[in-house]
Amino acid sequence: MCGAPAQTLSLDGIDVGKESIIQGTVVKAGAPVGGAYVRLLDGTGEFTAEVQTSATGVFRFFAAPGDWTLRTLAPRQTVDTPVTAVKGQAVEATVEIAA
Amino acid sequence: MSRHDVLVDADWAEAHLTEPKIVFVEVDEDVSAYDGGHLSGAVRMDWTKELQDPVARDLIDKAGFEKLLSAKGIGNDDTVVLYGGNNNWFAAYAYWYFKLYGHGDVKLLDGGRKKWELDGRELVKDVTVRPATSYTAKDQDLSIRAFRDEVVAAIGAKNLVDVRSPDEFSGKIMAPAHLPQEQAQRPGHIPTAANVPWSKAANDDGTFKSDEDLRALYAGLDTAKATIAYCRIGERSSHTWFALHELLGETDVKNYDGSWTEYGSLVGVPVAMGA
Repeated sequence: MCGAPAQTLSLDGIDVGKESIIQGTVVKAGAPVGGAYVRLLDGTGEFTAEVQTSATGVFRFFAAPGDWTLRTLAPRQTVDTPVTAVKGQAVEATVEIAA
Repeated sequence: MSRHDVLVDADWAEAHLTEPKIVFVEVDEDVSAYDGGHLSGAVRMDWTKELQDPVARDLIDKAGFEKLLSAKGIGNDDTVVLYGGNNNWFAAYAYWYFKLYGHGDVKLLDGGRKKWELDGRELVKDVTVRPATSYTAKDQDLSIRAFRDEVVAAIGAKNLVDVRSPDEFSGKIMAPAHLPQEQAQRPGHIPTAANVPWSKAANDDGTFKSDEDLRALYAGLDTAKATIAYCRIGERSSHTWFALHELLGETDVKNYDGSWTEYGSLVGVPVAMGA
C-alpha cells in the first residue's frame, strides 16, 4: 500500500509511542468538510504528503518531530496552518476554511 | 511526440467524455473513490487487485493483461485516458503499464481526480459497463522497466533518481508521512542516487509543471546517461518516468517497480543514509 488509508481520528491499533502524529478536522462554519485535500509541508515549505479528508472532515499524518505546515485545498481556496509534531503524541489541529 | 499527445487537460476530457473510441479509466488503490463518484462513462481499474499478480510480487503477465483489458471493454484501437487520486500516482503507474504492454494511444488526464474535484466538475455514481473486447497485448517493452541487478549495476554508472520525499531519502522515515512508519526493510537510498521528489514535478492541484520548469528540475541529470527512477513501490516513480520519458522526451528512462521495498530488503547491497 502506498496511498493514504481511510482517514480517522481513532488511535486504536496504532503504537502512538513510536509515532509523531498530526491529525485533525477541516471545518467550514463549524461543519466538517469531507473531500478536502490536506498537504503536509516540512519546515522548509517542501511537500511531504497529502491526504483527502474523510466524510467527517478528518485527516492524519505520521510525521517526525518538528515544525510543519498543513496546506488545505478546497474549491477556490487554500489555507495554511502551522503545527508542531511531538514524538509519542497525536497533536490535534482544526483547519477553518471560509464559508 | 508532444505534450498534448500524452497529457490532456480537464476541458479536453469534459468535451470528449461521450466519444465511443475514447475510454476513460479511473485507477486507484482505494477503489471506493470510484463508488463515491467518477467521470461519466469511466471504467474502474483496481491497482491492488487487478494490476498486481495475486501470488508473486510482480506485474500481471501478458495473458492476464489481455484478459483484464478485454473484460473492461478496451480495444486495441481505443484511446485510453487514465486518471486517479493521489496526484495520479496510480494512473501514471497504469500509463507505464499500458506502454509496457504496447498499447497504442494512451493519455493521462492532467491533475487527475484532484483537479477535477477542485474545479467542481461533474462526477457520477453509475457504474460503467462496456461490452467485452478481445484485446491483444505485446510482449513487455523492457526498455522502460528496470530490475534489481540492473539497478545495482547502475550505481555510479547511470542516473538514479530517487523520487521519494527528502525524509524517506535520508532514512529519517520509512514510508510517506500519511502511513504508519513500521517497516521491515532498512531505511536510506541507493548510493549515488539523486533525490528529486516526484512532488516537485507537480503543482498543488496535481497538474504537471511546464516543460520549462521540468527541464530546470532535472537539469542535474547527465543526459548522456540512461536514467532509472525509483520510489517505494514504483508508482510515484511512474509519475517521474512520465515526466522524463513522455513529457521531456528523454529516450532511455526506466521505472524500477521493485523500488525501495525490494532494494531496501536485499542482502549484501550498499545503502546510503543522509541527505
